[in-house]
Amino acid sequence: MKLTLTGNQSNAWGVKLARVQVVAAYPITPQTTIVEELAEFAANGELDTQYIKVESEHSAMAACIAAQNTGVRTYTASSSHGLALMHEMLHWAAGARLPIVMGAVNRAMGPPWNIWADHTDTISQRDTGWMQFYVESNQEVLDTIIQAYKVAESKDVMLPAMAIEDAFILSHTVETVEIPDQELVDEFLPPYDPPEYLNPEDPKGFGSLVMPDFYMEFRYLIYKAQDAARKRIREVTKEYAEIFGRDYHGLVEEYRTEDADIVVVGAGTMISTAKDVIDKLRSEGHKIGLVKLRVFRPFPYEEIQDIAKRVDVMAVMDRSYTYGYGGAMFGEVKAAVYNTDARPKMKNYLIGIGGRDVTAKMLEDTFRNAIRVKEHGLDEEIMWVGLKGGE
Amino acid sequence: MKDKPYKPETWKDLPFATITDVPSTFNNTGTWRTVKPVIDYDKCISCMICWKFCPDVAISIVPNSKEGAKFDEVPKIDYFFCKGCGICAHECPVKAIDMVQEESK
Repeated sequence: MKLTLTGNQSNAWGVKLARVQVVAAYPITPQTTIVEELAEFAANGELDTQYIKVESEHSAMAACIAAQNTGVRTYTASSSHGLALMHEMLHWAAGARLPIVMGAVNRAMGPPWNIWADHTDTISQRDTGWMQFYVESNQEVLDTIIQAYKVAESKDVMLPAMAIEDAFILSHTVETVEIPDQELVDEFLPPYDPPEYLNPEDPKGFGSLVMPDFYMEFRYLIYKAQDAARKRIREVTKEYAEIFGRDYHGLVEEYRTEDADIVVVGAGTMISTAKDVIDKLRSEGHKIGLVKLRVFRPFPYEEIQDIAKRVDVMAVMDRSYTYGYGGAMFGEVKAAVYNTDARPKMKNYLIGIGGRDVTAKMLEDTFRNAIRVKEHGLDEEIMWVGLKGGE
Repeated sequence: MKDKPYKPETWKDLPFATITDVPSTFNNTGTWRTVKPVIDYDKCISCMICWKFCPDVAISIVPNSKEGAKFDEVPKIDYFFCKGCGICAHECPVKAIDMVQEESK
């Protein structure tokens, strides 16, 4: 079945297909229409779920944590300041090893007050232990929700995940979305079956104190789980492609990187536009390719190292600024490459911040700048793209 | 629940999350005490207010073993776990609980 859906409706459809049993959420622009759609699915009986209205995002995450501990599949969604308010509970969800899935709609953090696309909100949650999938289209929103549950609930992973879509560019824009058959989704994603859950017949303590003699070992278990997630994401994406015919290439998608000596790394909706711009520059003979950083946590360091070995310039576009240096994606990409023999020039482009349109023209200028780095060497490490008045 | 605390040696012995099958009363927090609540069972009226107010479930209700006693059940303090906060002594309506200075061992 094909439907025309906004990114947020597509998100809610993914939740419905995943047969989520508890939804707890608090509305915030631009996330609101996800939970409105889910409220409607719950009210008209299309989705058999317990819909919990809460007084804040902190409570929404707390409700999901408690519910998930009883052995059911849960979901929430948020954006920006709402996501920031969840911060404490995000650590709890990951530390308690609860595979909750969240729809995160990227929106800038204030001040200045701004409701448009910007990755600062989710980048700020990098260190909470959640997996992060940055998606490119409304179709990918739906597909990623389903995949995220499968990866998160894997016995060797048991970690929460965010399916992340850009505000308005996806959330409120309509695209054609292929709705997978429910039976096929059920086969791909069986009911949640946790190794442990709150059960009065077999009482256990959850979230107990761990003294310094074993706290570190519990962190090591998450280190192992993040590593297992890297493998599971590759497997699950492949399995999904075989069943549903859409391949998202695991953690990283390469576009025209064969024989490229310049690659540009980016995430989210800018990728679609960037593919067209790469085609144009390729037609002029430039050996330039694109890398879509689909998964930021766990970080795909092996894929990045492999690409770095093949190129002379690696440019990273960040749709956020991590105060005090450059973008976080740039920092991670550069760090991943350091202990290899590869020594591409690394450049960071800060672009589209606070919902500034990332146009084809802007990307072309950016990529031509990366070509200049190849020809003339690195000028400045960090560049603010399209800055009014210049740097 | 198990009747013994679980003693892991390495990370390989740990459950995937901090889920435990023994209660926290298996932690020997009794060593934290500087003063110790002592129940005078001659004064105690078995109202169980101490049991109700104990913030950490260190008081349980047990059968009275005393011959010919007035009450079938009495409160009993778990000294392995009791931290000595003194709330029981404060709440006791007949002043049957004394807080006694702990001695050095």
